Amino acid sequence: MTNNISLTINGLDVKVPEGATILEAAQSAGVYIPTLCYCPGLTSEGACRICLVKIEKKKKLHPACRTPVEDGMVVITDDAEIDQVRRVTLELILSDHDFNCLLCPKSGTCRLQALVNHIGFDERRFNRLNRVAKDLPVDTSNPFFDFNPNKCIHCGICIRTCREIVGVDAINMAYRGYDLKVSTFGDQPFKESACVSCGECVERCPVGALIPKDVKHPTREVKTICAYCGVGCGLYLGVRGGTIVKARGDHSNPVNRGELCVRGRSGYRFVNSPDRLSSPLVRAYDPLESKPQGINGAPEAGKPLTRPLVKERGEFVEVSWDQAIKYLASTLVHYKGDQFAALSSAKCTNEENYLFQKFVRVVMGTNNIDHCARL
Amino acid sequence: MAGLAAALGSGAMTNAVSEIGEAACIFVIGSNTSAAHPIIGRQIARAVKQGAKLIAADPRRTVLRRMADVWIRHEPGTDVALLNAMARVIIKKKLFDTSFVEERCEGFEAFEAAVKDGDLAEAEQITSVPAQKIVEAARMYATFSPATILYAMGITQHSHGTDNVRAVANLALLTGNLGKPSSGVNPLRGQNNVQGACDMGALPNVLPGYQKVEDQNIRKKFEKAWNCQLNPSPGLVLTELFESVHAGNVKALYIMGENPMVSEANTSFVQEAISHLELLVVQDLFLTETAQMADVVLPAASFAEKDGTFTNTERRVQRVRKAIEPVGNSLPDWVIIRDLAKNMGAKGFDFNSPEEIMEEIRGLTPSYGGITYGRISKVGLQWPCPDLDHPGTPYLFAEKFSTPSGRGQFAPLSYTPPAEVVSHEYPFILTTRRSYFHFHSTLSRKVDGMNVLRGEERVEINPVDAAPLEIEDGDAVKVTSKRGTVQAKAKITQTTPPGVISMTFHYPETRTNLLTHGALDPVAKIPEFKVCAVKVEREIDFGTQYLGWGTGKIG
Repeated sequence: MTNNISLTINGLDVKVPEGATILEAAQSAGVYIPTLCYCPGLTSEGACRICLVKIEKKKKLHPACRTPVEDGMVVITDDAEIDQVRRVTLELILSDHDFNCLLCPKSGTCRLQALVNHIGFDERRFNRLNRVAKDLPVDTSNPFFDFNPNKCIHCGICIRTCREIVGVDAINMAYRGYDLKVSTFGDQPFKESACVSCGECVERCPVGALIPKDVKHPTREVKTICAYCGVGCGLYLGVRGGTIVKARGDHSNPVNRGELCVRGRSGYRFVNSPDRLSSPLVRAYDPLESKPQGINGAPEAGKPLTRPLVKERGEFVEVSWDQAIKYLASTLVHYKGDQFAALSSAKCTNEENYLFQKFVRVVMGTNNIDHCARL
Repeated sequence: MAGLAAALGSGAMTNAVSEIGEAACIFVIGSNTSAAHPIIGRQIARAVKQGAKLIAADPRRTVLRRMADVWIRHEPGTDVALLNAMARVIIKKKLFDTSFVEERCEGFEAFEAAVKDGDLAEAEQITSVPAQKIVEAARMYATFSPATILYAMGITQHSHGTDNVRAVANLALLTGNLGKPSSGVNPLRGQNNVQGACDMGALPNVLPGYQKVEDQNIRKKFEKAWNCQLNPSPGLVLTELFESVHAGNVKALYIMGENPMVSEANTSFVQEAISHLELLVVQDLFLTETAQMADVVLPAASFAEKDGTFTNTERRVQRVRKAIEPVGNSLPDWVIIRDLAKNMGAKGFDFNSPEEIMEEIRGLTPSYGGITYGRISKVGLQWPCPDLDHPGTPYLFAEKFSTPSGRGQFAPLSYTPPAEVVSHEYPFILTTRRSYFHFHSTLSRKVDGMNVLRGEERVEINPVDAAPLEIEDGDAVKVTSKRGTVQAKAKITQTTPPGVISMTFHYPETRTNLLTHGALDPVAKIPEFKVCAVKVEREIDFGTQYLGWGTGKIG
């Protein structure tokens, strides 16, 4: 696309392609226009009226996120009048908002906080505007996120995300006037609704209305690949104190471009599950001591384990890696050739699958190796 | 995958995932993409929004149906009849790509002859799809170009899965939808690294890079590299393996990261077979149903605790990185195998990192020749990538196919009914499906939240069938096949067509695969998970039955 439209923003000459909005033109010129309901990748609704700008020779103020550029346009993004209008708009949004910034997990990354910093507000007038705080119930039914309508600013980003990115359309605006709220079909709890818990809306919510459960900010992030399905989405795993606390999409990955489904975003939790095996287990002889050649030493050559003794009377006993490997090595020696078979795993890495088939073919001398490709 | 390999020369997705968005027509058959591969499902939705035509063929009323231009609800197991009928329409209306067929394909005459006899009325009768819809779908697929076909286990998991795949490939060859962007035949692979496991030779008949075990020259090359003597006879495929175990021919089994006790068809047979083993070694993250039967259990580290690479469904080799130390006393699988091999006195296992293993893979696997950790550190590469300067291959067969003759192979096919058909005693078809929230049997079940969202099996049954059986939504039902019985709660829904019930297999509590049968496709050896005959009964609790006597309902 060629930059064939030229306009002036705050006296700066800007050239952008046809069809760009004033907001995009301003961003390309490095001019900041405050926004709230604008979200890259979604259609703009112009719902919040924070990005209003002045266009010379036009009467009203226009939302920058929705107004396409025209050749020779002269735009002003900040003067006293615009500031005044934005301040009142912001105060009206704030007047319905549940203030509890210190305890809000969004604090610090909240776009509304940032706007208050940028635009400012008149405390006295605000106190007059402020209504009795809303006290709607918080929807905690979903295991991965909560929805607090008292913090919602009705920007509609979540609704557009669900419609345009996820294609599920699980939520929309319901009720009228002051009762307006983001709602599932029939105002059911999220868990009962058509919501697929992918968390794309939670990721994009500018305030603390849609918020993940148990928020812990990671201390470092590791770029990797999701371990569930064959799509191979890029992930950043957030790590804190030896456990994984967060997963987010990798925008540089050509497959998912930053998007994730419920398994990718929340499925990592199996990693730190308390059910994880922590030590090698070997079925013990009974009693353990009476068969010293069992676990603590190698069985005599040419004498493989006999099944009944092991299976019927054995209990799992935790052993060290050294013991387990030695025991296994000395047992497997007796099963070389086609009496041995192995199942590899489509969950393991390429390197591990390679090494395993090499082990089976070279050490065990058989081609009896397969995996679950057919399931 | 064997079917696609025979038709085109490679069993992988021909095109990249990101190309789906630019297709003019998308034909999805046997894939509930929105649930099994949600991110690809979103791509389809976006393409449709931009004006692409969508044909969805699935007996179940999937989410894709809502946005489809044509929705075909064929009877489970009648895919070949449907696809052949579509091919017939395309040939009769002269909508096929004559120059592509002449220049790049073989076997068209035989295929044409096989397709020509038979008419639409017959196809309508077999598939229960109105002839008009078949014509519409065929026209749409043939006229909007580029057109891409996406399919998954709904095509392959049949006793004639290879035929299904070849029928799909026939359509693409016929319309010239191969070897260019946004077209192709695209099997969506299930597991994160099922493509990679195949590429790496974790298969009984091929060494890494699909190099045949039976080929003496190939064996020589590997014997030299590995300094060993290789067994020339192909091994047992998974589905045959348990028969061999049962017969006592295989005495020791080593399972790395798999849970056949839940995921295999006809699991009661698998369980019996396993009890015949002298030695069962299971290497896994959890004490799975299979591990509980093992003699030795080795705790493995998860994907977040090790370095390596996964190869995704579009052949893209991507880096997996270690985020945390192995949990507890577990070890990465490659360390376990290396230590075991070294302990058994094997040479050639002195690897200190997965990167060193990749270097060896690179040397022996031509399609991975140019893949190094350095090159894929930011963005993965799509094989074939034969050398270090090669940029990877987003779509295959731009010049020629990888078949011996370099030409795409048509296959004359005729419809075969599923191995098990409904009878008076077992009047329903059971077809397995997957949930949005779970993945096979283990990992997601260990995430508490996922169990909150879907904590138990729900048998989907159409209201038309539920009414005479007096089953209401949420009632406990008993599903029985010739092989076993499982219990679960019913979900009354229009999603599943009349005469068909559908279940997932994520729940070890409800082992759906006790019901499925082990009938295999003769070529690919894939079990028929998608069709088996069952009966459904309301579970009668005798305590409350009495209270409800005479009302026709449980009290």
